[in-house]
Amino acid sequence: MSKQIDLVDLDIYYGDFLAVEGVNLTVKANSVMSFIGPSGCGKSTVLRSINRMHEVIPGAHVKGAVNLDGENLYGPNVDPVLVRRTIGMVFQRPNPFPTMSIAENVIAGLKLEKDKKRKESMDEIVEKSLRGANLWEEVKDRLKRPGASLSGGQQQRLCIARAIAVEPQVLLMDEPCSALDPISTLAIEDLIRELKDRYTIIIVTHNMQQAGRVSDDTAFFNLSGIGKPGHLIEVGPTAQIFSHPEHKQTEDYIAGRFG
Amino acid sequence: MATTSHEPTTTRADPEGISGAAVRRGDRTFLGLSTGAGLLVLVVMAAIAVFLVWKAIPSIQADSANFFTEGQWLPDSDPPVFGIAVLLFGTLWTSIIALVIAVPIGYGIALFIAFYAQRRLASTLAFIVDLLAAVPSIIFGLWGLYNFMPYVVPFSQWLSEYLGFIPIFANSQELWTKSILMAGLVLAIMILPTVSAISREVFVQVPRMHVEAALALGATRWEMIRMAVFPFSRPGMISAAMLGLGRALGETIAVALILSAAFEINWAITEPGGNSFAANIALKWGEAGEVGRSALIASGLVLFFITLVVNMSARWVIARRKDFSGAN
Repeated sequence: MSKQIDLVDLDIYYGDFLAVEGVNLTVKANSVMSFIGPSGCGKSTVLRSINRMHEVIPGAHVKGAVNLDGENLYGPNVDPVLVRRTIGMVFQRPNPFPTMSIAENVIAGLKLEKDKKRKESMDEIVEKSLRGANLWEEVKDRLKRPGASLSGGQQQRLCIARAIAVEPQVLLMDEPCSALDPISTLAIEDLIRELKDRYTIIIVTHNMQQAGRVSDDTAFFNLSGIGKPGHLIEVGPTAQIFSHPEHKQTEDYIAGRFG
Repeated sequence: MATTSHEPTTTRADPEGISGAAVRRGDRTFLGLSTGAGLLVLVVMAAIAVFLVWKAIPSIQADSANFFTEGQWLPDSDPPVFGIAVLLFGTLWTSIIALVIAVPIGYGIALFIAFYAQRRLASTLAFIVDLLAAVPSIIFGLWGLYNFMPYVVPFSQWLSEYLGFIPIFANSQELWTKSILMAGLVLAIMILPTVSAISREVFVQVPRMHVEAALALGATRWEMIRMAVFPFSRPGMISAAMLGLGRALGETIAVALILSAAFEINWAITEPGGNSFAANIALKWGEAGEVGRSALIASGLVLFFITLVVNMSARWVIARRKDFSGAN
């Protein structure tokens, strides 16, 4: 099910402001790519442009192309709503719907595709998705309790379960562990390694060790100054980026000299 | 901290350590003021209730008819004959019509401003809606009577002609002005800003992360509103409707101007007639005798009680699903 993503000459704007310029990047199917870089460099913006969430902000738009197995997601006949059903997203802060139970949260996305025929029942999908997110054992006795009654780490795994319940082809994660404690972070990282078998994953992280632990490839973004657009500095296998980066600024960032 | 207060909680400062006045004077003053302000509300409420009951008792004792089921209002005749049946009916019926019209439109305006309109248009529109709330009710009444009525008459005729098989739209009198529908429409316009301003407030408070969660799952804007906005805003939306209802129930002058003050229960909303508590009090107070005034106060007591019940049931609805509210 998972697919390759190509970003081609992608310029991302907020109104007239060019936030990210000229990104060319390939994320292979069934791999984990991490986006690293200092705050404000545009890595989250790039991530959000991949599932067309960027444009929900008034005035925000992009130039260039994002190809999913060769099909441009910004093509003239592409419905952004359908793009978002194909490319799931997990946010920085766990955001289960507070008025829904755990089970309702999991199937929230499925409810949007009413006409789609499914082999499995909703209960089966709830179990499968929660198992997929390593949360089933912890919540199987209280599926009807509110999603907000879970701990932060559990809520984030619930959000992952909600994202994978619709069987997307790509999973985007925007700093999914930054609001979590170390134990919960480990649980999510283990999960990311498992999910790689079924999805193409892109994760934005401020945590260099995390990028090293979970990702196959790493892309480093930076900006030359305040008010200037962010650029993709370099991208490559994680081991190489961390040990022999081509660019001085990558090395400086990874060594912790700025950022 | 040296203090002349007699409060037992105040102790002398210990020069060696951290013990001192356990409660600071500023804190205590503020606690006193805020508690006092809170209690004042209760005192005022109680005072109103006591006043109403006290003044109402003589007329209810003098009433020769059943206060709740009698439709006529002749408290100063001998013997006094009066009851609230028509007033209660007219008040509720006009308010319900107002709610049925104003609530969906008010939510629609609020949704448009919060989620659909471009920013400039949204703020302009929000400003105009708020302005509508500031228009005095006498203006609404006059405007409704002289400017709006001519447009409502053909609408009433249309309703009666095509939907007349539904009893409430039928019109056997061939008279179209000063109807319950007319009053309901003007009330709807009057409570529209209340409903839309309050629901807009709650809509824009829906956390961005819930909105984005829904959009990222592939929700259309309307699906996002149903998934993330409505569940989160439901208590606020109910409050908005209830506050609108409160204003409609108590609205005096516009209804007094528009309704023809007939003392009969008539479900047909396009026919002239009907009356309401507040309008009746305003119209009858000047000419009322001793029993008459007491009777009017008794009707005011009923209105007071109804608004209390409306507000309490709104609270009850809000509290029912607390676990699942956005508050935790």
